[in-house]
Amino acid sequence: MPASGISPISPIHSASPLVEEFLQQLTNGLAVGGIYALIALGYTMVYGVLKLINFAHGDLFTYGAYLGLTLLTSLALTDRLGFALGVLVLVLMVMGLVAVLGAILERAAYRPLRESPRLSAVVSALGASIFLQNTLMLIYGARFQVYPDDILPTATLNVLGLYVPLMRVLIVLASVGMMVALYLFIQKTRIGAAIRAAAIDQGAARLMGIDVNRVILLVFLLGPALGGVAGLMVGLYYGQVNFTMGWVYGMKAFTAAILGGIGNIPGAMVGGLLLGVIEALGAAYVSIAWKDAIAFVVLILILIVRPTGLLGERVADKI
Amino acid sequence: MLLEVEDLHVRYGNVEALHGINLQVRQGEIVTILGANGAGKTTTLHAISGLLRPAQGEIRFESRPIHKLPAHRLVGMGIAQAPEGRRIFGTLTVRENLDLGAFTRTDQVQVAETLQWIYQLFPVLAQRREQLAGTLSGGEQQMLAIGRALMARPRVLLLDEPSLGLAPLLVKTIFQTLWEINEAGVTIVLVEQNARAALKLAHRGYVMEVGRIVLEDRADALLANPEVRNAYLGGQAAGE
Ligand SMILES: Nc1ncnc2c1ncn2[C@@H]1O[C@H](COP(=O)(O)OP(=O)(O)OP(=O)(O)O)[C@@H](O)[C@H]1O
Ligand SMILES: [Mg+2]
Repeated sequence: MPASGISPISPIHSASPLVEEFLQQLTNGLAVGGIYALIALGYTMVYGVLKLINFAHGDLFTYGAYLGLTLLTSLALTDRLGFALGVLVLVLMVMGLVAVLGAILERAAYRPLRESPRLSAVVSALGASIFLQNTLMLIYGARFQVYPDDILPTATLNVLGLYVPLMRVLIVLASVGMMVALYLFIQKTRIGAAIRAAAIDQGAARLMGIDVNRVILLVFLLGPALGGVAGLMVGLYYGQVNFTMGWVYGMKAFTAAILGGIGNIPGAMVGGLLLGVIEALGAAYVSIAWKDAIAFVVLILILIVRPTGLLGERVADKI
Repeated sequence: MLLEVEDLHVRYGNVEALHGINLQVRQGEIVTILGANGAGKTTTLHAISGLLRPAQGEIRFESRPIHKLPAHRLVGMGIAQAPEGRRIFGTLTVRENLDLGAFTRTDQVQVAETLQWIYQLFPVLAQRREQLAGTLSGGEQQMLAIGRALMARPRVLLLDEPSLGLAPLLVKTIFQTLWEINEAGVTIVLVEQNARAALKLAHRGYVMEVGRIVLEDRADALLANPEVRNAYLGGQAAGE
């Protein structure tokens, strides 16, 4: 977390530093929220089709962060291609690789248990999570790994008079762009309709000639691709990564998915952005020490007040 | 023979639900399968559609064995089903439901023609095309389920209790439409509890009891059969 939460606040008679502080927190919250939303989409899509929480999803996010680091340093993409093109290629590579990991996870950990009791799949998910985390630790070690800061732009952008770090702006734009693209894909294409149909009724979807196994595979490509790029974003934004980071981010993104209504794709987007903003503002104006607890307070409140989530009218018939 | 089922056994876990079913369906026919609750009618249709794997026996479509193929492959081959309970996609629009019915088809021009045909068979679906399917009435949902299955332009249409829960007048309308669909060249296998209406429409019928076929005859003969009258037509007025 950047230290903006404790930046000095000017005397009250000039309102603009207060407004400025608020807007900084808001944009920071949107960036973090965009990251949560990208991860949350993976939880919610898999849940939508399989009624299963992919507990290893947070670890795929971590793989995105580490793969991003390794590719960034070993291929020197930004040196060779320039910053913009280099990062674009990096994003595509990370998405592709983590998507493949997701597909392998589905094949190895979930498909063999498709007809088994739900609990077997949950145990398998937890096992996969531990396996993925420990593999990463054995390869990279348990310490924090640092993204090279000489590669990352430290520039700030003037957005309507507000000076915002370039990386923050890029993250907000990229995450919102990907969400819009995913939304259009799900809502407007034939394959998107097949995914929605399979989420409602797999048997009926098969009677339409939809190969549900391929829908499931697709969901395990898309979700991890977005989760992986979210990991890369965290690396680029905060500059350091750790092999257990998927746990905290995973829990928060899961909270975001519940907040929006699990199984609901626009819900995951709204839930992620909202949680990011609530957390950033809460950390700034309530207590920085409670930052990580805020998500869980939100989760508990949602479960009490509106268990179906904000957009989740359909959840009742799904559980 | 368009569709043949031979010595079909289907199990749910250790419990056998079908104990050796034999059925034949000729091109152009309307064949009805009658039977009480739990007789195994739905199980039979699910096995034909590939949703259930037979434990024993064969299912052939145009002489090709199909009982080992996955469900999604059968749709493209020409077998579509409007399942029991309709199972329309409630949070999708009527139009999206119909489009999904044509999921396996790539001939967009002909798909558009099929859509027009279905709107002509069920004009209410055209009026409600942008509406969420879950907001349709029961009768409209049944029409959507049939229309959606027809979007695959099947050789054989399997219907599982299309009259369930509908008012007699609506049953009459839907059965009239089924006759039109058959006239257009679609073979129909109709599972029904409304035996009278089904036998009046069908050419031939089978009667199932606890996992077995106990009777098989021309529809008019079954209508006149005292056993059938007693067991399935006694005092039944629906569809008249
Ligand atoms: N999923 C299932 N698991 C276990 N047993 C089942 C399952 N589905 C059906 N059965 C059993 O198989 C037998 C046949 O059921 P089926 O649904 O095929 O009957 P049906 O003739 O369609 O009845 P209805 O007229 O009530 O729809 C019944 O004894 C039923 O209890
Ligand atoms: Mg049935």
